[in-house]
Amino acid sequence: MIKVRIPTPLRPLTKGQGEVETKAASVLDMIEALNTAHPGIKDRLCDDTGELRRFVNIYVNEEDIRFLKGKETSLKDGDEVSIVPAIAGGTSCRM
Amino acid sequence: MATMKALICRECGKEYPTKAIHVCEMCFGPLEVKYSYEEIKKSISRKKIQDGPYSIWRYADLLPVEGPNFLGPHAGMTPLVRAKNLGAYLGLDELYIKNDTVNHPTLSFKDRVVAVAITRARELGFETIACASTGNLANSVAAHAAAAGMRAYVFIPGDLEAAKVLGNLIYKPNVVEVEGNYDDVNRLCSEIAGEHGWAFVNINIRPYYAEGSKTLAFETVEQLGWRTPDQAVIPMASGSLLTKIWKGLHEMKYVGLIDEVKTRINGAQAEGCSPISTAFKAGRDFFKPVKPKTIAKSLAIGNPADGYYALKATAESKGSMDMVTDDEVVEGIKLLAQTEGIFAETAGGVTIGVLQKLVKNGTIKKGDLTVAYITGNGLKTQEAVIDAVGRPVRIQPSLVAFEKTFKMGKNGGGDS
Repeated sequence: MIKVRIPTPLRPLTKGQGEVETKAASVLDMIEALNTAHPGIKDRLCDDTGELRRFVNIYVNEEDIRFLKGKETSLKDGDEVSIVPAIAGGTSCRM
Repeated sequence: MATMKALICRECGKEYPTKAIHVCEMCFGPLEVKYSYEEIKKSISRKKIQDGPYSIWRYADLLPVEGPNFLGPHAGMTPLVRAKNLGAYLGLDELYIKNDTVNHPTLSFKDRVVAVAITRARELGFETIACASTGNLANSVAAHAAAAGMRAYVFIPGDLEAAKVLGNLIYKPNVVEVEGNYDDVNRLCSEIAGEHGWAFVNINIRPYYAEGSKTLAFETVEQLGWRTPDQAVIPMASGSLLTKIWKGLHEMKYVGLIDEVKTRINGAQAEGCSPISTAFKAGRDFFKPVKPKTIAKSLAIGNPADGYYALKATAESKGSMDMVTDDEVVEGIKLLAQTEGIFAETAGGVTIGVLQKLVKNGTIKKGDLTVAYITGNGLKTQEAVIDAVGRPVRIQPSLVAFEKTFKMGKNGGGDS
């Protein structure tokens, strides 16, 4: 099983659980599996084209998947995944 | 001030109450403060600002706090130094240094953002304040918490400069040294913030905290006699400072304090950690995270949260970005010290190094009114320059020894 840490904004979808377990062979796989167990989670993590949203960071065993193989990063039994929102301040001149 | 209306998602526009939250639960976009600019317009004026306190709080109308009990009452209003010597050396007619090496109380621009963050945290009822930091932020949080009588947890990477570690311990917060780099600290703190009801200034308080950086823009404009510079050179770690200076300039125009913003915004990074500058040079609007390796530790954020917005702001302003090597960082620190008598930390060396590059390649022109933002104090990063400044001349305590030594020196001595 893969252990997935769920950030606060997604917890309403996991009945408040901060950590869930799932079976998956890759990050992509994991997102699908999470979505089956907790419908709606994929829409939060991915945009319309299926790409991970800009402000979603995913770490496998503490390593940013952008240093690994992105969504294709493979997972094995016992891996720990963290989903963490980027903490941008953002700014707009939209007054 | 009653000018804060809501928090609003920068990406999808969903609105939230002005609480301690920072992420849109729909799309993970960052939340930012939405103000009632119409109301601000009615009450703000140059005179009201000039009659206000000599600190960032003179701009309270444009800051995300309710007031009137401001913590960190002395932050800001640092000198805008007309840098004639450095200007002459570089070939610039009108160069200014915005000198936050002397900000109160912890000698970096972080005193601005922390004053705003801790004020807002107190207003929201928090008793514990925390942060993930490359050093300066931790120092400022620790000092402000001590003065406000709040509990503090500061999280820092394991390889910080000695003065920045000591500069936490002296105020007696809980100092947590994390085995890893800043990006590791940041990720850990994002997870801790989800579990504990603390005010993490740069996580769940971030929408308020980040707004404090706008005061660097406000002060610059006021100190220049209510005009904007032609060029600004700004160091980038997360990219937040740059985007907020850009925002601050536009807010001043929007509320009628100035007529136009003609500033080009230029971002500066160290080569060993330059994900934003690298993206800019490649013409990309997204960045690739990197593993930082530079002496400019205060800028060593490999996964810069505001990188995307910094790229956007720079492009909108028709500005530029560049990066410098660690050797150029040290040269930049020495150049600023030896021409203007200002001892900056490594981030300042990055700014001066990039300023020099942008003048050389013609991006910044001789007649451009230019402001370089120097955000932290050199006494905190002595390790970076200790091997590059020589040694004192050591003599016996006798006039003969002195005369003998300095007859040998050509310039009245001391060069080694």
